[in-house]
Amino acid sequence: MGFLRDLVNAIFTGPTLGPVLIFTISVGGVLALLRWYRVLTRPKVAGAALVAAVVAFALSLGDHNFRLIVAKPDNVPIVMLFFLVGFFTWLALRQAALNDERIEQGKPPREAEESEKSLTWPDLVYIEFLSTVFVTAALLLWSILLKAPLEPPSNPTETPNPSKAPWYFLGLQEMLVYYDPWMAGVVLPSMIIVGLIAVPFIDPNSKGSGYYTLKERKFSIGMFLFGFVSLWCTMIILGTFLRGPNWNFFGPFQRWDPHLLFPLVNVDLSEYVWVHWLGVGKPNSILLREMPGFLAVIAYVVLVPPLFAKRLIPVDIAAKIRGSGLPKALGEVLAAPFAAKAFFAEMYQRLGFVRYNVLMLLVLSMMSLPIKMVLRWTINLKYIVSIPEYFFNI
Amino acid sequence: MADAKAAGTETTRRGALAWLLGAWGLFGGACAVGAGAMGRFLFPNVSFDPPQTFKAGYTSDFEVGKVDERFKAKYGVWIVRNDEEIYVLSTTCTHLGCQPNYLEAEAKIKCPCHGSGFKPTGINFEGPAPRPLERFRIVLAEDGQILVDKTKKFQYELGQWDQPEAFLKV
Repeated sequence: MGFLRDLVNAIFTGPTLGPVLIFTISVGGVLALLRWYRVLTRPKVAGAALVAAVVAFALSLGDHNFRLIVAKPDNVPIVMLFFLVGFFTWLALRQAALNDERIEQGKPPREAEESEKSLTWPDLVYIEFLSTVFVTAALLLWSILLKAPLEPPSNPTETPNPSKAPWYFLGLQEMLVYYDPWMAGVVLPSMIIVGLIAVPFIDPNSKGSGYYTLKERKFSIGMFLFGFVSLWCTMIILGTFLRGPNWNFFGPFQRWDPHLLFPLVNVDLSEYVWVHWLGVGKPNSILLREMPGFLAVIAYVVLVPPLFAKRLIPVDIAAKIRGSGLPKALGEVLAAPFAAKAFFAEMYQRLGFVRYNVLMLLVLSMMSLPIKMVLRWTINLKYIVSIPEYFFNI
Repeated sequence: MADAKAAGTETTRRGALAWLLGAWGLFGGACAVGAGAMGRFLFPNVSFDPPQTFKAGYTSDFEVGKVDERFKAKYGVWIVRNDEEIYVLSTTCTHLGCQPNYLEAEAKIKCPCHGSGFKPTGINFEGPAPRPLERFRIVLAEDGQILVDKTKKFQYELGQWDQPEAFLKV
């Protein structure tokens, strides 16, 4: 047990391996769920996963440092979030799996057969009454058992270390580590809100209305799960459990030592290009200095959508790779980018120019977050475009 | 109707306008008084803010190679002395304005909010802070004490750290 604990701590301490691993697990988990949802949502499989999670959690509670963080009244909702998000994702995908099987057999979805109507009195009123009683009781118990963290009056000269936002803002706080405040605090959140409002206008697919399905709506559900589970919830969990003093990453069983030192030197893209690669020193002109960053951003926003929209090669490469006799898993992984490319080309045909480009802009701005996060974790990239003279950083 | 006319209580057009004007006048007057009071509120009789300009003692009070934290709590500055000069660093993080801690053992300034790190010179080198900490004006007063003036700041990215009052030669 002690060996396992030390191993986990060794992996998750520090600025690189831990966050990359957690992010890989959460993205890989969502992808696997989308690919093998019929097997993974079977009650036996999902139940085994739940039992494993509960057992791992219960065993971890034996550790003093883990208990200190997990049982903190502030953090109890995040433990609940971990299990609740898992449960509701399972619930939706399980029903989608059952429906998709029925649709394949030519039957209508379950929702079409089961009447959804029920009587207001007594059915609905009873349920509402009972819910009121239970929720009130639960809140009372909660408020008695877990003390609200009342602290001394605020003192502007003393910043708690670490300083954490309320749990529902920890995703935002984590975003602020990677992007400049105007980007992480203004542009990206606005894009999330505007993007969610725009969804019904972008998506002309009328399938999945009134019933659960994944097969008919794989892209929409995949995008949502990626944004909500892999990004938002994962960032909240990272921020709550792994971010310690000085906003460093700590292992889950590690003491939060404020003097633990991680050598970290963040480097702007301009410095990488001009100083490290070309070896000439940064140019004086701001525009020239930041040209690599501007080119990268413009290429990302302007070139990627048309690149994905057009069929460059007439052959279906994905099918070729899958049929080439490689091991199945390897073939799947190699074929995935080409399959995605073909998928977007087909989507361009379906959505048309305007809707496709609006969608791509939203998708690209969402993807800019994990891209920047991984670049920061792996090569310590600070800003792609960095003009502190005019408060403009990307 | 006829009775009302006889009693002289009928509302005439002119009378209604007069009422309207009076009522709006009263309402507007009340609002103006309220706004005035609100405006007055912005200029308190007594300010408990520490002064923007203060004397920080003599140059000999500061050790070479040390970040002096004595003025952090009251004035929000660190005073740093190296081999050649003394300079005054702001204790406000340039990322989102939290107050970082000086970690003496590691010789760095580290922000607990988003992990920005600064060297004792004020240069940002880790985390998201986009620019170095700001420095404040520092001169010698007539009595030989160090005078710190927070109303004038010097920013590295604008090339202002080389300006004459951004540091004190010792």
